[in-house]
Amino acid sequence: MSEALKELAEIISAKLAQEITSTEIQNGELILNARRDAVCKVLTFLRDDANCQFKLLMDVCGADYPARDERFDVVYNLLSIRYNLRVRVKVTTDEDTAVPSVTSIFSAAGWFERETWDLFGIYFDGHPDLRRIMTDYGFEGHPLRKDFPLTGYVELRYDDEQKRVVYEPVKLTQDFRSFDFLSPWEGMQGQLPGDEKAEGNA
Amino acid sequence: MSNNQIKNYNLNFGPQHPAAHGVLRLVLEMDGEVIDRADPHIGLLHRGTEKLLENKIYVQGTPYFDRLDYVAPQNQEHAFCLAIEKLTGMEVPKRAQYIRVLYAEIGRIQNHLMNICSYAMDVGAMTPFLWGFEEREILYEFCERACGARMHMNYFRPGGVAQDIPAGLTDDVRAWADRFPQVVKDIETLLTENRIFRQRTVDIGEISLEDAQDWAFSGPNLRGCGVPWDLRKSQPYDSYEEFDFDIPVGKGKNDCFARYYLRILEMYETCKIIKQACDKLDACVGEPSKCTDNKFTPPKRAEMKTSMEALIHHFKLFTEGFKVPAGETYCAVEAPKGEFAVYLVSDGTNKPYRCHIRAPGFAHLQAMDFLSKGHMLADITANIGSLDIVFGEIDR
Repeated sequence: MSEALKELAEIISAKLAQEITSTEIQNGELILNARRDAVCKVLTFLRDDANCQFKLLMDVCGADYPARDERFDVVYNLLSIRYNLRVRVKVTTDEDTAVPSVTSIFSAAGWFERETWDLFGIYFDGHPDLRRIMTDYGFEGHPLRKDFPLTGYVELRYDDEQKRVVYEPVKLTQDFRSFDFLSPWEGMQGQLPGDEKAEGNA
Repeated sequence: MSNNQIKNYNLNFGPQHPAAHGVLRLVLEMDGEVIDRADPHIGLLHRGTEKLLENKIYVQGTPYFDRLDYVAPQNQEHAFCLAIEKLTGMEVPKRAQYIRVLYAEIGRIQNHLMNICSYAMDVGAMTPFLWGFEEREILYEFCERACGARMHMNYFRPGGVAQDIPAGLTDDVRAWADRFPQVVKDIETLLTENRIFRQRTVDIGEISLEDAQDWAFSGPNLRGCGVPWDLRKSQPYDSYEEFDFDIPVGKGKNDCFARYYLRILEMYETCKIIKQACDKLDACVGEPSKCTDNKFTPPKRAEMKTSMEALIHHFKLFTEGFKVPAGETYCAVEAPKGEFAVYLVSDGTNKPYRCHIRAPGFAHLQAMDFLSKGHMLADITANIGSLDIVFGEIDR
């Protein structure tokens, strides 16, 4: 499996030297980091090349790393039934920069990109129908961003007098609690302090 | 009169329609009785599972996976556990793997029974529903005997299963699996050759292999096109490679009937796997049913009474939880509905940094517009039924 992936990585990075910035194999999975504006070309190549044949776009999702300059990753997971292989293509972007939509290459990308737009606020350029999909009609904000609170900002209830659903700021009967269980110490690791002196003397 | 413009009619199908299999709101643009455009509005059951998972330690995550596809909860947990095991490098004992295979296959039958029977009811057959649910009830009892919960098992854990199965369970499961093919045959007598059922399903919602790949179909919906693509065979996990079973594939066009019949055939194959799993389990009684490394799985209760180390492990696991080394993985299982996968990113702490859930139903429902265009209104229910849609996993 990993031999085949290494070969494939070499083939792809040779053919797409301009578009792919780096490749890595992690846990037996091939990851291609691509340039954002070249994503359509990369995916078309992966779909049509005789050595790749990644005909199925199984998944598109985002990931948020607020500390980075370009905070978002857009991750495309592809599957080749012909060669029984998977590959992951990643591009980075920020709040303001659009990623080219791949709906013209894979129809399946339509809803996946809508979901990524809805939950992360990553804009896809050229998407035919970029509406929200998961959240409520008229929802504001992008819930899966790391700076979006777990409890959200609004809650809704049915108002008996107005005979409709009303939105109100979230009121928590109990303060939101988040315990940090990560222990600050991790027991003995490696050398005891002071031991290096003993070795030096001996 | 002849110049009168006939306006297209917009029809709301759902969200409170029994044939919508949950909370689907389908906005249909109708040209008379013919569908011009089908626009599914989803998200009415959105619970923010992915956001919640980022705020829970890993073992607290598995119950959320039960509540995705609540028709076959085990298979979802399976993907999450496999992803964690892949990142941590835990070793899962053979016995645990067989138990997981057994319950994953029980989940498959639960799912297919639910799907076929409710699908049949949507297109007008009442009896299969009653017969099928009798069997589902028995399967729920098997789940209850293993873990105490009938539906949301929370039984698969990172490193194995929560506890070993009780003595005598395999005999009962085997006896059931011997008898069950007859039940499927009975259901078949009501549907497979039934004139009404055939008229409602044959040639409806047809999709070619090329289109199915374009829309990222997986599972039975893809196999209906004749591709023997099953992750249990092609990318085996949890010792599926040791089991002997066939993958039914569609022989002609992939229409609603083909997808129904494929699920029927799959149930026969699944019975074979269940029996083999029972035999393998009988051969390894007494072996551990979860990872023996107590840095990941809790120690035995009895051990905690005497061993200080076991007590510390227990305390640490249920407060801090275990840490997963930084990295990312995309782990897929062959869930009854198709490829269910978890894209897990860990930053080395005790909570997932990002956990994306790839639900097969999401991709299938997306093709609803493609499948329904040009069909009649009544064919919508056949299409929804044949795609096998459950909203827990689509809305997440």
